[in-house]
Amino acid sequence: MNDNVITTKGLCKRYGAVAAVNGVDLAIKRGEIYGLLGPNGAGKTTTILMLLGLTEASGGTIDVAGYDPTRNPLEVKRRVGYLPDSIGFYDYLSAKQNLRYTGRLAALRRAEIEKRISSCLERVGLTSVGDHRVGTYSRGMRQRLGLAEVLMKRGEVAILDEPTSGLDPEATFELLEMIRSMKVDGTTVLLSSHLLDRVQAVCDRVALFSDGQVVLEGTVPQLAERVLGGGFIYEVEVDAGDMEPVLTAVPGARRVVKGFRGFSVLAERDIRGDLARAVVASGAALLRLANMEPSLDAIYRHYFEEHAHGAA
Amino acid sequence: MARRSGSVLTGAGTVFVKELADHLGGARIIVLQWLVIIAGAGAVYTAIQDLRTTMGQDPFLFLRLFTQAHDPLPSFVLVLEFLVPLIAIGLGFDSVNSEFNHRTLSRLLAQPIYRDALLFGKYMSGLSAIAVVLLSLWLLIMGLGLVTLGVPPSGEEVMRSLAFLIVAIAYGGVWLAVAMLCSVIFRSAATSALTALAIWLLVGVLWPQVVQFTSSAVYPPTPLQILFGQPNPDQLMLQQTLSRFSPSTLFGEAMLGILHPTTRALGLVFVSQLEGAVMGSPLPLAQSLLLVWPQVTSLVAGAVILFSVAYVVFQRQEVRA
Repeated sequence: MNDNVITTKGLCKRYGAVAAVNGVDLAIKRGEIYGLLGPNGAGKTTTILMLLGLTEASGGTIDVAGYDPTRNPLEVKRRVGYLPDSIGFYDYLSAKQNLRYTGRLAALRRAEIEKRISSCLERVGLTSVGDHRVGTYSRGMRQRLGLAEVLMKRGEVAILDEPTSGLDPEATFELLEMIRSMKVDGTTVLLSSHLLDRVQAVCDRVALFSDGQVVLEGTVPQLAERVLGGGFIYEVEVDAGDMEPVLTAVPGARRVVKGFRGFSVLAERDIRGDLARAVVASGAALLRLANMEPSLDAIYRHYFEEHAHGAA
Repeated sequence: MARRSGSVLTGAGTVFVKELADHLGGARIIVLQWLVIIAGAGAVYTAIQDLRTTMGQDPFLFLRLFTQAHDPLPSFVLVLEFLVPLIAIGLGFDSVNSEFNHRTLSRLLAQPIYRDALLFGKYMSGLSAIAVVLLSLWLLIMGLGLVTLGVPPSGEEVMRSLAFLIVAIAYGGVWLAVAMLCSVIFRSAATSALTALAIWLLVGVLWPQVVQFTSSAVYPPTPLQILFGQPNPDQLMLQQTLSRFSPSTLFGEAMLGILHPTTRALGLVFVSQLEGAVMGSPLPLAQSLLLVWPQVTSLVAGAVILFSVAYVVFQRQEVRA
C-alpha cells in the first residue's frame, strides 16, 4: 500500500444508464511507467479525469499520492502533472508566457518559475523558440510544450493522456524518450494510448481497458504468458486472402487472427515448417513467415479474439 | 457531498491579472471604446452647445453634460444605457467557451485551483475592463467640461458624477454576467454572442413595448377612465413593476435620481403625496442616493444572481470537450 502512488478500488463512472468506467482497480507503484491501453471510448480518459478530480466518480475509492481527489482536489493537483488528450495553449502568447501563467496558478515563486521554465524548455528542446507565439508551433512542438508544463510542476506523478497521438514517428520517438527520462527523475508516469506497440517500449506495466473495465493487467511478458499461454507467435504473409481455415488446420496451431499484413498464428510449439508446407500445399505463395516477439498488439488481438469466441 | 479543502479563490488573482491584460491589450476593447467615444462625443458636444446659452442659470451645470439631449442626438446617459451592455457582452461572450474551444480548460483546471477561481477571476477582470473604459470616458467628459465651460465643478457635482460612474459599472456588471452565463452554456462563441445580443435587444430595447402591452391587457382602463382620458393606476403600477425587471430601466431611473438633483420620486406619485414639497428645489446628495438605492441594489443583486447561475452551470459541466 505504501509504495503505491495511485490506488483505485471499484472505480465507476456512469453517464445516465451508460457506464463509462465500471469497477476499475488500479495499483500503480511509485516510480514506474504505467500504461493504460485500449481502444477509443474504453474509459481511459474518464479514469484519468477522475484521478485528477476533474470529474466526480459515481462509485469506488481513489487515492492519489495520499489524497482523495474528490475531497482534496488541490492537494492532488499540486502533486500531479497532467498532459491532456488534445492540448491547447493560448496561441497569442509565447511558450514562456503560457508556462509562466500555469506556474503562477501553481503558486510558484517568480524566480523559481523562470528557473524552471528555462530548464524545462531546455529539456524538451524548445529553448530557441521559447519566445515565439505558440500559434506558430507544430503539433509536435505543442505536445513537447505540454510535457514541459508537466515537468515544470515537478509532481510525484505525471499523467499523460494520448501523448503520442497525431505525431509523426520521429516526434513520437523523441517524446517517448522524454517520458522515459522522467522515470529517471523518480516521477511516476501514467500514460494512456491506443497505439499499443509504441507504448510497449516504455511501459513497465500496462492495463488493458475494454468497455470501462481493466481486462488484463501486468508486465508485457506476464500478459503474453496469460493470453498466449507461453505459446509462439508467427506472422504469416501470403498472397491469398482467405487462409484462416488452412492455417487453423495445421496441427499445433491454437488460434489464427487476421492482421494488417497477413495472419498471426498462435502455436503451442515450433510449427514453422508445417505452416509453410500447408500454405504451399494450398496453392498460395508464402511471402513471409516470421517468429514474433510477443507484442502488445498480438496479445491484444488474441485476447479479444478469444473473448469474441467465448461470448459467441 | 464531500467538503472541499483549501481556499476557493486560490489563483483567482492570477486569472484576473492575465485576463485583464488580455482585455486591455486586445483589439476588441479598442473597438468598443471608440464606439462609445464617438457616440458619446456627439452627445456631449451638442450638450455643450446648449449649455453655453443657459450658463449661469443652472447650479448643476456639469451634470447637464451627462443628461442634456439635443435633438436628434440622445443624451450621453442614454448613449451609455444603450452601449454599456454592448461593451459588456463584447468582453464576456466568449470568456469560458473559448477556453473549451482552445482546449486550454483542462490544462488550467489541472493546476491547483478550483473552477470558482477561474470564473470569478474572469468576471472581475471583465468588470475592471468595463470600469477602465467608463473611467476614461468620465475623465474625458470632465476635462471637456472644464475646457469648454470654463467653470470648475462643485464638490457635489463631482460626487454625483462619481456615483454615476459606480452605477454605470454595476449596470455593466449585470450585462457581463449575462454574457458570461451565455459563454458557459453555449460551446460555440457565435451562438453565445447571438444569444446575449438577443437578450439585450429583448430586455433593453423591446421590453418597454412588451411591458406596456402586457399591463394594458391585464388591467384594461374602465370606460370612465377612458372618458376622462386617464390611465388606470393598476395598469401603471404593473407597468412600472414589470419594466423594472429590465436593467436598462433600473439604470435609467438611477441616473435620473443621481444626475437630476430635483428628482424627488421615481415612478407613480399621487398629488396627496406631494403636499408640502418644495417643487423644483434640489435634494441633498444623501437623499438622492437614498432615492436610487433600491435601483442600485437591484442591479448588483441581478449581477450576483446571474453570476451564481453561471457558476452552478459551470460547476456541473464536464471538462472534456
